[in-house]
Amino acid sequence: MTGHDTRAKEGLIFERSSPGRVGYQLPRLEVPLVDPAATLGEAARGEIEDLPEVSEVDVVRHFTRLSKWNYSLDEGLYPLGSCTMKYNPRINEELARLPGLAHLHPLQPEDQVQGALALMWELEQALVAITGMARVTLQPAAGAHGELTGMLMIRKALEARGERRRVVLVPDSAHGTNPASAVFAGFEVVELASTAEGTLDMEAVRRAVAEGGVAALMATVPNTLGVFEPAIAEVAKILHDAGAFLYLDGANLNAFVGVASPGAMGADALHINLHKTFSTPHGGGGPGAGPVAVSAALEPFLPVPTVERQGDRFVLAYDRPASIGKVRGFYGNFAMLVRALAYIRSLGRDGLRSMAEGAVLAANYLRKGLEGDYHLPYRGASLHEVVFDDSRQKAFGVTNIDIAKRLLDYGFHAPTMSFPLIVHGAMMIEPTESFGVDELDAFVRAMREIAREARETPEVVKQAPVTTPVARLDEVRAARSPILRWRR
Amino acid sequence: MHRYQAGAADRRAMLDAIGVGSVEELFASIPERLRLADLPLPVGASEDEVRREFWGYALRNVTPDCAASFMGAGVYRHTVPAVADALVQRGEFFTAYTPYQPEVSQGTLQAIFEFQTFVCQLTEQDVANASLYDGATAVVEAVLLAHRVAGARGRVVVAASLHPDTRRVLDTYCAAQGIEVTTVPWDRAGRVDREALARAVGADVCAVVVQSPNVFGVVEPLPVVAELARGCGALAIQAVAEATSLGLLVPGGRYGFDVVCGDLQAFGVPASFGGPHVGFLATKQQHVRQMPGRLVGETVDRCGRRAYVLTLATREQHIRRAKATSNICTNHGLMALYVTIVLSLLGKRGVRELALASHSLAEFVKAGVRSSAKLTLAFPDGPTYNEFLLRHDDPEGVLARLRQEGILAGVASTRLSPDLPPGILVAVTEQNTREECVRLLQALERVS
Repeated sequence: MTGHDTRAKEGLIFERSSPGRVGYQLPRLEVPLVDPAATLGEAARGEIEDLPEVSEVDVVRHFTRLSKWNYSLDEGLYPLGSCTMKYNPRINEELARLPGLAHLHPLQPEDQVQGALALMWELEQALVAITGMARVTLQPAAGAHGELTGMLMIRKALEARGERRRVVLVPDSAHGTNPASAVFAGFEVVELASTAEGTLDMEAVRRAVAEGGVAALMATVPNTLGVFEPAIAEVAKILHDAGAFLYLDGANLNAFVGVASPGAMGADALHINLHKTFSTPHGGGGPGAGPVAVSAALEPFLPVPTVERQGDRFVLAYDRPASIGKVRGFYGNFAMLVRALAYIRSLGRDGLRSMAEGAVLAANYLRKGLEGDYHLPYRGASLHEVVFDDSRQKAFGVTNIDIAKRLLDYGFHAPTMSFPLIVHGAMMIEPTESFGVDELDAFVRAMREIAREARETPEVVKQAPVTTPVARLDEVRAARSPILRWRR
Repeated sequence: MHRYQAGAADRRAMLDAIGVGSVEELFASIPERLRLADLPLPVGASEDEVRREFWGYALRNVTPDCAASFMGAGVYRHTVPAVADALVQRGEFFTAYTPYQPEVSQGTLQAIFEFQTFVCQLTEQDVANASLYDGATAVVEAVLLAHRVAGARGRVVVAASLHPDTRRVLDTYCAAQGIEVTTVPWDRAGRVDREALARAVGADVCAVVVQSPNVFGVVEPLPVVAELARGCGALAIQAVAEATSLGLLVPGGRYGFDVVCGDLQAFGVPASFGGPHVGFLATKQQHVRQMPGRLVGETVDRCGRRAYVLTLATREQHIRRAKATSNICTNHGLMALYVTIVLSLLGKRGVRELALASHSLAEFVKAGVRSSAKLTLAFPDGPTYNEFLLRHDDPEGVLARLRQEGILAGVASTRLSPDLPPGILVAVTEQNTREECVRLLQALERVS
């Protein structure tokens, strides 16, 4: 065989190294080469052993081969619940790479970056319109970073009132980042058990708030079951009456853009995952962007700088005495902001609303298609995602993990597994608005076929996947004696 | 229907299957008073119209490409191999999610494993994570790691020569955690003041943080810092803002630093007006279970084939929730991939050659400054890599005049912080030609 077998595993780049190969050429040096021992003394370092020596062609082949071992959204449905894996438009990639945007140094004088500041200002206006909130900071680098930023603002607002409240209420259905972010903002987390319907327990909320010391409640709307919190406005009122704040996790914003408004719900802070709702690519693990929209009550505490408009000029404003300060270097993941605004412009008010509609339609279509074969533990009306469990398959010894692995054989990525924690054996499915009925049908067929296999030939499901580049991994071994880097 | 969405027939079929007459019925669970009457935004635009608007933004900016640029101060312009962007634009990479299903994510996982290896090699540490947001938040995560490791110790000692933005971010997080921050001044050479540092450390200190090269571009005395930190039982943390310096400077790892962290943007990542860049954190094996963020480890599949998987997840928020080592979830994976590609291309020879070329050009400019009667180095005795502080009482004025000649001479230190000595931070890289360097020196002479 002469060609490359795409089933053969590509070695590590370090293992491809061959002495004397180079993959670069720098501009000719026109000044004398300095002897670093003379200028830097003992701080000077020699060549780093074991860095690879490979040609440019080697590098292209290596990473191209690696790429083929990935499943990707471009290939098909990627129904990870609460991840909103929607189409990533190529025009956004093109625009983010315009030299007039991509090459800007963040410390150029303001008169040289008016276009960049205008773009940021426009994005803030658009997000204000979408959320119905007072202001938006574009700085946080991801959703969890946004949560932390929002919780720091709440902390600062309480301090400004001379209050030191320690408790943050988080429902047991929440994303793990919620309690973690609250703790890193200096709070203690009290977990609230959900109702039998999987929603916020109003009595528990009232009781917890009445006990005192509550700074905020963090809720996800719609919640991680894809169900709208019917009493969210009442929750806001209970909190506000007690001088506490409502933090909304906007991970599921795709469900209601253009339909409902977090501002009307009474939110004080809401992060927006641009890499979910607004199509910026997830990149195999980021970069994302997690702007935070705030109510007027939290506006004084926004991180610096903000982008302000002064006539037809835009400036970076640092004069915000009550600010929480800075939460990262510079002003935000600007290249992701470019993509998000391009998406908002491409969709417009009509496209944004039909985006939410399409997402909700698709989720309900999958629910309808799968509820005959899979158990639906919570039967409330689904918005953009639906959560099944594996209880019917467990009878045959097949778990949600087995089902996930078998789906890979059918050419699909798996749903989010074992989350939310209130559902045992959860399979959380979010199709997004990006797929036609034919693609959704193919997914339903695969899932139903797996349900049949679970009944008739469960060992097939338990052995899966068999068509992927590697079979099931020994994850215990990876954790027990971790090998986290290559060594010669 | 919109070009990114399914069509009218798709919708009809879905509605029929669900058994509802309209999409509106599916939103019935959202109370009427929470509804949005209207979205005050323009209607959707064609690709051509969107492109026109964004070209408009781009054209209102002036990019450093149009000038001789010596801007650094945390963001650097080095070689940008065409291959790196071409490869990260493969949909298989950039449209994939965090690799939760390893059997169909080996490309991303192996690339991260390679990234972790590169970071360990550059920093001479045992383990590195799969990336963090940026350099400033990486320093924060390092301090929080030290805070966990060092138990009840509630104070961190930080060199005043840390980048002021990094310091501000650190202050924000430390305030929330109740960690006290003590500042140690710089000495006449622009390096952390040894006597002051010796006085500042103590049994209540969890970490000592220096940036090297520091905000003045000066290389810190890492062995001294490591010894003082070790002496009081604190962790030594090195922040690195100009990552290509690791090609020429001994990293903290060799001197026993517990953490080397910072930003890898300098390895060809577009400046992008400040982000996304690529934070990194490397540490010793003994701290691995206190590390923040994702880690990829090697294992085997059922057939015994080598494969990679996210591991040690019990540190992370989705398992440990309120007790996690960090709240981070999404990191900067694609930027880590980008840097992995650039480091592969540069390799053993290029990492050093790039650093040596930048250093040589910077020394050429420094020599010009030294030989000028009008120009003054703020810290003539401080060894530097590729950036230095030119003393001047009116840096913004000088920068403005040089801009008119097509020279971005650097960054005013006063823009970073009023507490820094006034002057211009000049960063020189292999992208600067000799002619640009000469022109810079002549122009500086003229306006000084």
